[in-house]
Amino acid sequence: MSAPTAMNPVEPLLRSERMPHIWCPGCGIGTTVNCFARALERSKLPLDRVALVSGIGCTGRVAGYVHLDSFHTTHGRAIPFATGLKLARPEMTVVVYSGDGDLIAIGGNHFIHAARRNVDLKVICVNNFIYGMTGGQVAPTTPLGATATTAPYGAFERPFNLPFLAESSGAVYVARWTAYHVQHIAHAMAEALQKKGFCFIEILAPCPTLYQRRNRLGDGLETMRYYKQHSVIRNGASTRDLDLGFQSEITVGKFVDIERPTLQQTMEAAYRQALQQRYAGWRA
Amino acid sequence: MTADPKTVLTGPHFMDGNHAACEGAIAAGANFAAGYPITPSTEIVERFAMRAPLVGATFLQMEDELASSIAILGAAWGGAKAFTVTSGPGFSLMMEHIGYAAMTETPSVFVNVQRGGPSTGLPTLPAQGDMMQARWGSHGDYEIIALSPSSPQECFDLMVDAFNFAEQYRNPVIVLMDESVGHMTEKVVIPAASQIELFPHRYTRRAAADYLPFQPWPDGIPEFARAGDGYRFHVTGLTHNEHGYPAINAPQQQELVGRLVGKIRNHAEAIARAEECRLEDAQIVLVAYGITSRVALRAMQMAREERIPAGLLRPIVVWPFPEKRIRELAARARAFIVVEMNYGQMVREVERAAAGRCKTILMPHAGGAVHRPEAILDIIREAAQ
Ligand code: SF4
Repeated sequence: MSAPTAMNPVEPLLRSERMPHIWCPGCGIGTTVNCFARALERSKLPLDRVALVSGIGCTGRVAGYVHLDSFHTTHGRAIPFATGLKLARPEMTVVVYSGDGDLIAIGGNHFIHAARRNVDLKVICVNNFIYGMTGGQVAPTTPLGATATTAPYGAFERPFNLPFLAESSGAVYVARWTAYHVQHIAHAMAEALQKKGFCFIEILAPCPTLYQRRNRLGDGLETMRYYKQHSVIRNGASTRDLDLGFQSEITVGKFVDIERPTLQQTMEAAYRQALQQRYAGWRA
Repeated sequence: MTADPKTVLTGPHFMDGNHAACEGAIAAGANFAAGYPITPSTEIVERFAMRAPLVGATFLQMEDELASSIAILGAAWGGAKAFTVTSGPGFSLMMEHIGYAAMTETPSVFVNVQRGGPSTGLPTLPAQGDMMQARWGSHGDYEIIALSPSSPQECFDLMVDAFNFAEQYRNPVIVLMDESVGHMTEKVVIPAASQIELFPHRYTRRAAADYLPFQPWPDGIPEFARAGDGYRFHVTGLTHNEHGYPAINAPQQQELVGRLVGKIRNHAEAIARAEECRLEDAQIVLVAYGITSRVALRAMQMAREERIPAGLLRPIVVWPFPEKRIRELAARARAFIVVEMNYGQMVREVERAAAGRCKTILMPHAGGAVHRPEAILDIIREAAQ
């Protein structure tokens, strides 16, 4: 009889044959994937019916490591790809998992429109304030004053407040956590997986190799300490007040959780009303 | 497999090329389209938006062409037969996703109703200036299949062919219309559904454990699985191995790109299609496609009235280019006259295939109007001397 072996509960979700992953030591992305695996497990969704779509960048590589139908698409276009997939396969749960540069800079237009339409997507944005894959360039999330390779004298553009952007564009679920808040992240992801509509979770995560090092903020562990000491949980806070400054206090929590008909529901309702018996539904 | 009679508008119609293209897509089984309004292609998606809920399809107007051109790829991986439609600047914006579709072997159809360019150019007037862009517009090496209809009837017919090629070769297929053909109204006869042959998805029958998503069959083309059926596969635009996993090295690049290019090049003869007119004894061979072929045909007839042995080769499949046929004709003709509504694009292919065996003359046009048959006749006369 062989000794019982403990299996990591997240293992069935990962493509173990693809390990080791490419992320740097201390990077926050892997932590979020761990939370995602737990959330999926908790959700009891059949894994065959969950798809994960990423764009390009360090977070864009998540699609390559999860044992789901997974799509590593083009830079910025994970959301419109996922929109097409969701409309063609309404019975699937479609998750978009990507970084701040991908989703909010090059993909910003798709982000606001998908939220406006209330496409039934679970959008997870790992925000590390910087472009990681290309070597540390300034992003539309870089806090004022932080430096980046293309902002060597400090970022001088006002960054986006992502929860505010998501809510004002129409998201029905908006939360922000940091990589320190693993229980909260997993809980938020599990909630989003059960909810219909455009759900947005921002996760602040360290990029020790580029953002933290260049700004002399220490390693991943030190960043976790900063998250722990400077995060304040304010569930229900107005998303207007969630701007992030350089090493400022971080408001985390769940800010929006409302009901609104999804794109598929409004589309079907309009067709049914106009066409009645002639509406053929969706023929896969 | 044949078309679904519930969706096919069998019978004679009087409709323009854009509407006919839309009906062709529906007859081909298209059940997803995404588009962004742009002249002169918009009528195709307008009609699809009207027809979609009646035929079990979905249409979404996206925020831009980048979104439309990848939404269809997402839908295709969900098992839909999907297409997008654009013109001019919109086609430029779609280039990245034509490359992504080629790299990920996603069956998809891109319609480009060509208008005058560059840039905003002539939004409401015809041109054929995107022939090379259709072939080479996305970065890197890949092969494309492109079709060029010259009548509303052919807009219908070639849309069916485009979807069939897309499924058969798992490749993006481009339908290169032009404004004249798109807006020209003629008789279009839509056949009975039972007469419309469709190439089904190449769905795998393997169990998930035995399925490698990018393992090719002997014809170079892998079997397909759609998302949600338990295969839990990975798709990436990175250079990848048979598992679909990234493999960033020169041998893998050689194997993958070699196969992607080969699966089209090795079937070029099977894909090729052209119409020939009076070529048996032709000394002067006009080469023209799309709307331009109709003016060239008139010029050819005028030349024949003058007893000049002229003929016409009209490539219907423009990519892969019918170079074998050009080579054969070059061995016995005196000259090719390439009539096209651009400043010399397909003429390069004709010249390359002719390889100096006979003269190649370009008759360019910057776009906005078709050539005058009399002007073509002048060139034919000159070449015949
Ligand atoms: S560069 Fe930064 S974001 Fe990318 S893997 Fe390394 S630590 Fe993570």
